[in-house]
Amino acid sequence: MTAPDTNPDAATATQDQISAEIREIHRSYEQRRAEGGPEETSARMHFPPYRSSLLRSPTKSLHHADPEEIELHAPAFGERDVHPLEADLTIQHGGEPIGERMVVTGRVIDGDGRPVRHQLVELWQANAAGRYVHKRDQHPAPLDPNFTGIGRTITNAQGEYSFTTIKPAPYPWKNHFNAWRPAHIHFSLFGTDFTQRLVTQMYFPGDPLFDLDPIYQSITDQKARDRLVATYDHSVSEHEWNTGYRWNIVLSGSNRTWFESDAAAEEEH
Amino acid sequence: MTTSPTSAQHEQLPQTPSQTVGPFYGYALPYKDGEKLVDPAHPDAVRLHGTVYDGAGAAVPDSLLEIWQPDSSGKISSEHGSLLRDGHTFAGWGRTSVDNSGQYWFNTVNPGPTAPGKAPFILLTVFARGLMDRLFTRIYLPDDAEALTSDSLLSSLPEDRRQTLIAEREPSGNLRFDVHLQGTQETVFLQYPRTPQFTGRDD
Repeated sequence: MTAPDTNPDAATATQDQISAEIREIHRSYEQRRAEGGPEETSARMHFPPYRSSLLRSPTKSLHHADPEEIELHAPAFGERDVHPLEADLTIQHGGEPIGERMVVTGRVIDGDGRPVRHQLVELWQANAAGRYVHKRDQHPAPLDPNFTGIGRTITNAQGEYSFTTIKPAPYPWKNHFNAWRPAHIHFSLFGTDFTQRLVTQMYFPGDPLFDLDPIYQSITDQKARDRLVATYDHSVSEHEWNTGYRWNIVLSGSNRTWFESDAAAEEEH
Repeated sequence: MTTSPTSAQHEQLPQTPSQTVGPFYGYALPYKDGEKLVDPAHPDAVRLHGTVYDGAGAAVPDSLLEIWQPDSSGKISSEHGSLLRDGHTFAGWGRTSVDNSGQYWFNTVNPGPTAPGKAPFILLTVFARGLMDRLFTRIYLPDDAEALTSDSLLSSLPEDRRQTLIAEREPSGNLRFDVHLQGTQETVFLQYPRTPQFTGRDD
């Protein structure tokens, strides 16, 4: 087999080639799982069907580090940093954006189930035509003058967040010929520890592009892939106004030793 | 708050998987003065700068970097205001995207040791298109040779790998630290307890 082209704009491979590569990696993972191999709970950094990963993922094992004091803390954000209206992506301009108005809401917890309180959540996405406001996005779909596609919020005392936005559309990219990304919303999250930092993408249920997408499929385990898919929640939908999706987020484990007094102190912070 | 680096390694809930930051974070994540942890005119200001390289040795033009550090006395900030610089609060956190030639810079202060004799370092988180999960590393200050020698992380690395974590002090007092995602100078990236990451290179 010849080495894959690492030019991100080459678009040489066909979807069938990419899909075959994905299937082979997943088959190999499932075989190792059946033989007692470890469960993979996140994406693989080196995932050849995603061509841009070839030159940008580490080749050496990550080196174990025992967290020091600074790594057990994370930057703090609050109302000083984020205005409440930044959680509504549909009111940032003079008029209503085009598309399906939706609310996405959920809870951010850590690996021990503790709510991540009063912490920053950032979000960005394409518009209802699949176009980002970005100079590198040359997809010939219309920009929407009433939609920038960025939002921020601070979680509440229960770790909950809520954004009002427009449902994004799929869009084409150049990983391979006729490549399309499933519709998704990018999320950026912080925990209580520096090490809990997470940037990821939320997807919509039943997307027909899931099987074809090397970014989504870089998560080799189906159970882990499912964790990126929001659920439609009719209790979040509002009469004649918006549809509703729920997506809960679990950060990795905190390495702090937690005491009940910490929760009280956090509450005051 | 009491903390311990040896917390119980008990069962945890499965984490939400990571996905790449992609190429289109430009309007969302960088923000005004994100690279200025202190004003460049601050008497203790130092410029931390460098270039991010890929496995072909080419500069990476679409990477996003974040730093997190104590102040010059070693104190860890719990102040709000990282996103809205007020000119005097040291919040200890910054974010910047590299420019078209892969270069980045932060205006910050030299971090102090968090305990006497500890080697001071700045934490760095790397995001990029093509990188499916964030990478963590430490940027050690090069100045205190004794503290570097006794640092447990640096001591656990072979000499050539160890050097990738130590910044260069320039004659101006500024710090230079390049990030090599791959290659002979590949930066040592860190894995912490209870923080699963998958390089995909294990087979």
